[in-house]
Order: sequence, then C-alpha cells, then structure tokens
Amino acid sequence: MTKSAGASRFRGSEAANGLAMISPTATFALLLLAAPLATIFIYSFMTDGYLEIIRDFTFANYVEAWTKELYRVIMLRSLGVSLAVTAATVLLAFPVAYFVSFHVDASRKSLWLFLITIPFWTSYLIRVFLWKVILGYNGVVNSGLLGIGLIDEPLTFILYNVNSVVITLAHAYAPFAILPIFVALEKIDRSFLEAGRDLGESPFMTFLRVTLPLAMPGVISAVLIVFIPTVGDYVTPQLVGGPEGQMVANLIQLQYLKLDNYPMGSALAVTAMGIVTAFSLLFLFLNRRYLKGAK
Amino acid sequence: MMKGGWFRVYTLGYLIFLYAPIVLLPIFAFNDAAVIAFPLAGFTTKWFTQLFDEPALRGALANSLIIAVSASVLSTTLGIFASRATTRYKFPFKGGIMGMIMLPLVLPEIILAVALLVVLLGIGVPLSLFTVILGHVLVCTPFSIAILSAAFQALDGSLEEAAYDLGETPISTFRLIILPLVMPGIISSLLITFTISLDEFIMAFFLAGTEATLPVYIFSQFRFPQAVPVIMALGTLLVLSSILLLSIAEYFRRRGIAKTGGKDTGGFL
Repeated sequence: MTKSAGASRFRGSEAANGLAMISPTATFALLLLAAPLATIFIYSFMTDGYLEIIRDFTFANYVEAWTKELYRVIMLRSLGVSLAVTAATVLLAFPVAYFVSFHVDASRKSLWLFLITIPFWTSYLIRVFLWKVILGYNGVVNSGLLGIGLIDEPLTFILYNVNSVVITLAHAYAPFAILPIFVALEKIDRSFLEAGRDLGESPFMTFLRVTLPLAMPGVISAVLIVFIPTVGDYVTPQLVGGPEGQMVANLIQLQYLKLDNYPMGSALAVTAMGIVTAFSLLFLFLNRRYLKGAK
Repeated sequence: MMKGGWFRVYTLGYLIFLYAPIVLLPIFAFNDAAVIAFPLAGFTTKWFTQLFDEPALRGALANSLIIAVSASVLSTTLGIFASRATTRYKFPFKGGIMGMIMLPLVLPEIILAVALLVVLLGIGVPLSLFTVILGHVLVCTPFSIAILSAAFQALDGSLEEAAYDLGETPISTFRLIILPLVMPGIISSLLITFTISLDEFIMAFFLAGTEATLPVYIFSQFRFPQAVPVIMALGTLLVLSSILLLSIAEYFRRRGIAKTGGKDTGGFL
C-alpha cells in the first residue's frame, strides 16, 4: 500500500520526470560511449591471437607499452607536444579574450567571437594541409623571408618535425582557449576593478590581484579543453609531423587498422588517457584555491 | 587612439594568424600550377571544372550529405531531451549523467573511434554509413546540448505555468509555447551539427568501411601531389558553404535569444 503510494509519488515527481526526459540521450551515451570505453579497457588486458583475441587476463600489453623504447619515446613526445600547445594556445589567447571582453562594445562582442570561431568550423583537414604549404621548403614563410633577404636558404626545421605539429595544433585549438577565458572575464563584476583602482592599486596590480584570479576558472577550463584532446590528435602529426613528429594517435591507428592488434592498441589508448587524466588532476589540484569560490 | 590600443593591434595580428590558411585556399584554387608553392603561376578555373567530373568525389559528397543530415537530426533530437531535462528538472545523478553525455567534447576522438570500432565489430555490425552516423551523433550531441541549453535556459518559466493554468496539457504546452520559443536554437543546432558532421574525419576514417565520406576522400587525395589543386578548389567551396551555414546559424541563435528576452553572451560554446 505505502509502497505503491511511494511509487506513484515518484512517478509524478520532478526527479522521475527529469530522469525520463534525459533517458534517451543517457541511454545512447551509455551504449555508444560508456560501454565501448569499458570494452577497450577490458581488451587492454587480453592478448592478440592469430585470428581471435585470447581472453586471458594479462598485464603484458602494459609492460610493453611502458618499457618498449619506441612507445616510450612517442608517449613522452605526445605529452611534450600537448603541454607546449596548451601553454602557447592559452598564453596567446588570453589577451584576445581580454580585448574582446574589456575593450569591445557590448553590441559588437558577438561579431568578434563569430570572427574568431569561423576558422575553427571550416575543413580541418585542409587547414592542416595548408600549414604544410605555409611552412614548407617553398612555402609562404620561406619565400617571404628569402624575399626580404633575412635568410639565404629556406629554413628546414619548421616542417616535418615537432615544431610544425605544435604550430598547427596551436592554430587548430585557438577558439577552444579563447571562449572559456572570455566567458570567465565577462562574469567579472566591473566595480571590483574600480574598487581596486580607488584603493590605490596600479592598473597592472589590479589586473594581477583582481582580474587574473577571477579569470582563473576560465583559464583552467581552457587548459583542460586544449590539453586533453591534443594528446590524441591524429591528423596533424600524420600530415605535418614527418617521421620524427609522430604521436600516440598514429601509434594507436597503426595497432588497430594496420597490425590488427586490438589489445595492444587498447593498452596504448588506456595508457595515454591515464597519463592525461593524471596530469589534469594534478593541474586541478595545484589550482584548487581558484576553483573553491567558483560555482 | 582607438579603444583598446595595443590589445586591438595584437588581436588583429592574432586574427591574421587564424585566417592565414583559409586565405591561402582560394589563392591556390585559382593558381595555374600543379604544385602548391610560391611564386604563383597565373589565373585559372580549370581545377573547379575538374572538380565537377570526378565520380569518386560525387559519391563521397552524397555519402557525407546523407550522414550529415541524419547525424544533425538525431543529435539535435537527443540534445533537445537532454537540454530540456537539465534546464527544467532536478534529478539524481544529474552531474554524472551530464558529464558522461558531454564527455566526447574533451575526449580525443581517436579513443572514441577505436572504442566504437571494437564494440561494433565485436557484436557483428558491419561497417557502413550507418556506423559513421552513430559515431557522428556521439560527437555532435554535446555541441547540440551546449547550444540548446542556452535556448532553454532563456525560457521564462511563468509562460509555461500560465499555459497550464489555462488548461493546456504538458504536451500541448510543449508544442504551443516551448517549441516555438526555442525553435531558433533548434535550427542553430541543426546547422552547427550538420557542419561538424560534414567536416568530421576520424570517426569516418575508422567506421566507414569501404564507403568514403568527403573528408576521407580528401585525406586519400593528399597522397597524390597532382590531385592537390583540385582539393584546394573543393576546399574553397567547402569553406564558403560552411561560412554561409554558420552565418545562418548565428542569425537564428541571436534571434532566439532576442525572442526570449535573454542577454546575448556570445559564442556557441
């Protein structure tokens, strides 16, 4: 009696309505995201047989992933590239977000943001390929520098190595860094800045002690939203990286599509995600004081 | 001195960096040389004419359009459910459920792609356009939710209550009051997810099997240097069409916010 009354109360309740409403999307994500991720996690503990996967629990793939020289070099390189891209993107993006938030008329902010996001939505593959044209032997940079007489022969260190991968990725992820910082800057109550100035702080000190701490939640999301996906980028190292610019995604692709070794590919994918998660958590921990006040 | 001073100069310089590759695209699309390099050789439209009699390209374009239309409709539908639920109701595990749904936004796509590949092959689903659609819906849904949540957030709850008081059922209220108000957001979401799907490469590369989509076709052509000028012409047309689609999407997004009386915070994300 009471049970059915409770059940009917639940059925009409807000919680039940909300859960019912979200269930189609949640079910889709559960079946096509959570279950597949769990599957590669399980696969990473198995062994690749000739025609089928051998279902015995083993750490062998992880031992190989962590000890084999080639894998370690590529893993460290991916991490290094990702950290460099994140630092470059966020540092270069901050003044842009600051300009749009503080120096552009409210009515024109959308237009500026629209201009900044447009390149991001247009043919990723072709954009990456064009960086080859910009940085190549007969490319824009070399022709330009040769033309004005700054160099005598084309620079070769800017294409088919880690440098070109960093430049191309910093370009591709720029809007991802600008938008969260912009949103955080927009939320800052402008009277705080006036208060800082009224209390005798210089504009620079006001920025350092008021604006920057309040913008940190945006900076932190920008860092994470750039750092996590760049580790796994496949197209950029493939097209502009050359042999010494290959990253972990190229390794994963090789294991899955060329060598057909799903367990090894899964172990590499899980390892890469584990490292990225560890770095992200460490970063969040170091910045915990900025996030405490933010809701 | 203009407002912003050095910040304005810096931002304009940054925009040049952002637009550099896109500006080069039409230059090489109309350049009369098979090699993509400077100096330029002269004006031609032959790469565009070659573009139109390329049967493999037509097939890839048709595949991409089928996938993009299906993925945008499905992901926007899933986005409507999730955004309505998260803006209107409080329910248990909200943070966890939404976190899982939004996860593809940050996870490297290659991880999503291999995970889906393993499961689909494991349960015996053959790779086809359908499997690419599934992958694209997964990638597009978080973007749809980001756009639609803003639209649903801007809704005034008292309009809904007024409809109930006047005797409307929840379904008729949704159809007569809520849907028209969030319609601009829905159109914006459809256009953005369509653009994302049309441009998406990794999922299609892993999940398409023998069928090529437009980005997969483009990627395969990069191996042949003589094919690249035609790809530049194709890229020029793609960039123009995405700018058009995005401008329409931006128009509807802004109109939606104006309609519900909200404040424009700018941007899609």
